[in-house]
Amino acid sequence: MNDVWTQLEPHLADVEKPARYIGLELGAQRPAHGPGTVSWLLTYPDTYEIGLPNQGLQILYEILNERDDAVAERAYAPWGDLEAVMRRERIPLFSVDTHRAAGDFDVLAFNLSAELTYTNLLNCVDLAGVPVRAAERRPEHPLVAAGGHCTYNPEPLADFLDFVVVGDGEEVVSEVSAVLAAWKASGRTAGSRAAVLRELTHLDGVYVPSMYEVDYDGPAIRAIRPRHPDVPERVEKRTVADLAAWPYPRRQLVPLTEVVHDRLNVEVFRGCTRGCRFCQAGMITRPVRERPADQVRTMVSEGLRRTGYDEVALTSLSTADFSGIESVVQGIVDDPSTCGQVSVSLPSLRVDAFTVGIAAQIQKARRTGLTFAPEAGTWRMRQIINKLIREEDLYGAVTSAFSQGWRRVKLYFLTGLPSETDDDTLGIHELARNCVEIGRTHTKGASVKASVGGFVPKPFTPFQWFGQNTVDELSRKIGLLRDATRRSKGLQLTWHDPKATLVEGLASRGDRRLGPVIEQVWRRGGTFQEWSEHFRLDLWLEAMADHGLDLEWYVYRHRTEAEVLPWDHISAGLHKDFLWQDWQDALAEVGLPDCRWTPCYDCGACTGYGIEHVVASAVAPAGGSQGTGQDLSTGHLSDTSVPVELRFLRKPVGASR
Amino acid sequence: MTLRSRQAEQPEWREPRAFEAAPAEQAQGTGRSRQAEQPEWREPRAFEARPAQQAQRCRVRFSKLGKIRFTSHRDVARIWERALRRAELPIAYTEGYSPRPKLSFGLALSTGYESHGEYLDIALRDASGDVELDELPRRLAPALPEGIEVQAIVALPAGAESLQQAVTSCTWHIDVGAALPAAVAHATAAALAAPELVVTRQRKGRSVTDDVRPAILNAEVFGGTTIEADLATQPRGLRPAEFIATVDPTWHAARVTRISQWTQVGGARREVLDLPRAATPPPHAEVRAS
Repeated sequence: MNDVWTQLEPHLADVEKPARYIGLELGAQRPAHGPGTVSWLLTYPDTYEIGLPNQGLQILYEILNERDDAVAERAYAPWGDLEAVMRRERIPLFSVDTHRAAGDFDVLAFNLSAELTYTNLLNCVDLAGVPVRAAERRPEHPLVAAGGHCTYNPEPLADFLDFVVVGDGEEVVSEVSAVLAAWKASGRTAGSRAAVLRELTHLDGVYVPSMYEVDYDGPAIRAIRPRHPDVPERVEKRTVADLAAWPYPRRQLVPLTEVVHDRLNVEVFRGCTRGCRFCQAGMITRPVRERPADQVRTMVSEGLRRTGYDEVALTSLSTADFSGIESVVQGIVDDPSTCGQVSVSLPSLRVDAFTVGIAAQIQKARRTGLTFAPEAGTWRMRQIINKLIREEDLYGAVTSAFSQGWRRVKLYFLTGLPSETDDDTLGIHELARNCVEIGRTHTKGASVKASVGGFVPKPFTPFQWFGQNTVDELSRKIGLLRDATRRSKGLQLTWHDPKATLVEGLASRGDRRLGPVIEQVWRRGGTFQEWSEHFRLDLWLEAMADHGLDLEWYVYRHRTEAEVLPWDHISAGLHKDFLWQDWQDALAEVGLPDCRWTPCYDCGACTGYGIEHVVASAVAPAGGSQGTGQDLSTGHLSDTSVPVELRFLRKPVGASR
Repeated sequence: MTLRSRQAEQPEWREPRAFEAAPAEQAQGTGRSRQAEQPEWREPRAFEARPAQQAQRCRVRFSKLGKIRFTSHRDVARIWERALRRAELPIAYTEGYSPRPKLSFGLALSTGYESHGEYLDIALRDASGDVELDELPRRLAPALPEGIEVQAIVALPAGAESLQQAVTSCTWHIDVGAALPAAVAHATAAALAAPELVVTRQRKGRSVTDDVRPAILNAEVFGGTTIEADLATQPRGLRPAEFIATVDPTWHAARVTRISQWTQVGGARREVLDLPRAATPPPHAEVRAS
């Protein structure tokens, strides 16, 4: 074993925030490596502060270390100052757990949550002493793998990844380990690498890019085909049917130094069927699988006791939709053993569910920041994106917040949405300004921060066919909002750089031909592209031009129904015709209520895999319109406020077909 | 993942925690610069009756050795807060709108330095008369990370001086690594022999020129390139890095360890908290926990 600590240690005093590289967190493990165990290096391709809290990697870390045939350690991208030292002193990428060299592991497994980290993945592979191109790796090199939401379109990274896991990792990671353990036991002989990769293609949810061939027709794709008869034509995502069977992380890592989301995180449900059309997470993680409330309570109370945290986040894609959310929150806040010192944060709150009751509960210990995401400025636009919350819902939520003593509220919006007009864009200003005015009636110093991001169409959403707004167009729209908000006291506008939005769009819906582009950007120093001070649009434009690729084709044009999409051989369970119909509904400004409490639309996610929603409450939560009670033609509440009746606690498979 | 949720992953702004007597250390933003967040204003809490907390204070001496020396002073404060909650000690909290545990740290130790004697004052809630101080090291051990070890705990009498007031000097072991032993001996002796050592330092953003010689209480070389230095912390202190720069600006402190912190009792110096004899580190041993 090559322990790099002795090489690293003399240099740590000279780099920024050296505590990022020492490990020693509560919950960190020092697994014993051996010939009978497959060693995974779970790597987040951004800094420790961003990567450590990643729940996906923490879950896999525990599951793998519980197995007899596997061990797992963790690594993060070193910041530029340490990277310079590592390259100068020939120190390889290392695990923080035992400071073992990355090249000594059997698998380098990356979590991909953001497109702008792709070049960091290449950098980490290179720092590990492994060829960045999969085709150049030899038997002694680790396998390079990836999972996470970005891998629903893994094609831009096809040249670099040996295998990809699509969907929930809890089960499949063990199946992969078993295959790799046998391969390791056989001595990883020459030629066995291709064989083991081929064997991996037989596992559901595992995609091996090199086993597929893409046939082009000019700039378009004619077909994507497996190279061998035993390799599946289509890779189906993995879905864990019952979250209660996976109460992970059991021992969440508690860092010694500051990180983002530095608190206990308990996932209350996975999946979301609100059906927001811009939201890839909501589309690819269906169906809704709630964790039983009692298990949530246990994970919270045991987690707080074990970690010493004084804050817990109940995480999901829309936490206010969790059945019985108010009683769970109240139970945590009122728990006598925590002396009233624990604060609860609900990171994804729908405005139609944020009531005075919840506001009063979550501010008992300490007041955390409050963020709402109306996403669009006008009801017309919110129908198009299917974020069916009314203006009154937002104002009600904001009133609740300010009346409970908050002075700042943050609002998230998207711009560059399909068929957006300048009136829609300026509606963002209108909404935000009205929120400031509501705040003023409660407190003189009320302020609202409106954060605007350029919309990036994502694979496996109804908007996957939509041509992204150009940088100029997004800049113009942001300019409109800047001009409008300049005169509004108490309203602060922030925005995402449209140039970064462009590159996200490129990688999001790109195909294999982007591989050389990503490699060139990396070779010319384009790492940490998520960080504004390191983002280099010029490198991306230059690389596109050098490889004869066109931004118009990849980013800006609308796709047609018949077109073969680069990710058509991957499946998130969603029928392509469902997505297309939803896209047509969007253009017709037709909203679609949540299928958790209304009949099935047959998107395919439940029926295709023989799984179903796991939702404790048969009715939508009280408060606001909740996207179910409003008149969809006007955005106002109709007379019958809850027209939905559901008789089954769990919907039988295919019940509504 | 949507654009919005990516933004949501940006670090949250955290209010710097007000530790009594915590020295000003640069707030360590983990932030991406794209969106610096502003603090959420904390409104005074409505008149909520809180029982008056009659705090019982105790003083803890602990070591910080090995890999964990790369954590910052702020990190160590956060580590202690969590460890005390994990050990379920009845910590007193500050009154007011954003209650924080009543912890009071002594002189900050620079990131990267080790120590055999760090100090922390903890206020316990009144109802905690049943907390057995002798038990505490055993209770805290599993709650603390590797490299931080409780060495002694005593109850503090009411009105005891704060750590910042009490400590007048520290003993350091400073290894200047690459320098030649003969040169180290020579330069150290020359510094001690000098009647004054006038240097220009940055203090609060201003250049200040003063004589640091009075702050060097003693310095001797042992083991080749390691200097044992007693440096004053008041009225005007001298840090190990400043000491090294004064003795020879070309040197680089490879390893710095705080050995002792001293108070003045009736003209004689005494350790803030003496260790039981067996636990006293051998005076010239290089402890390498990493």
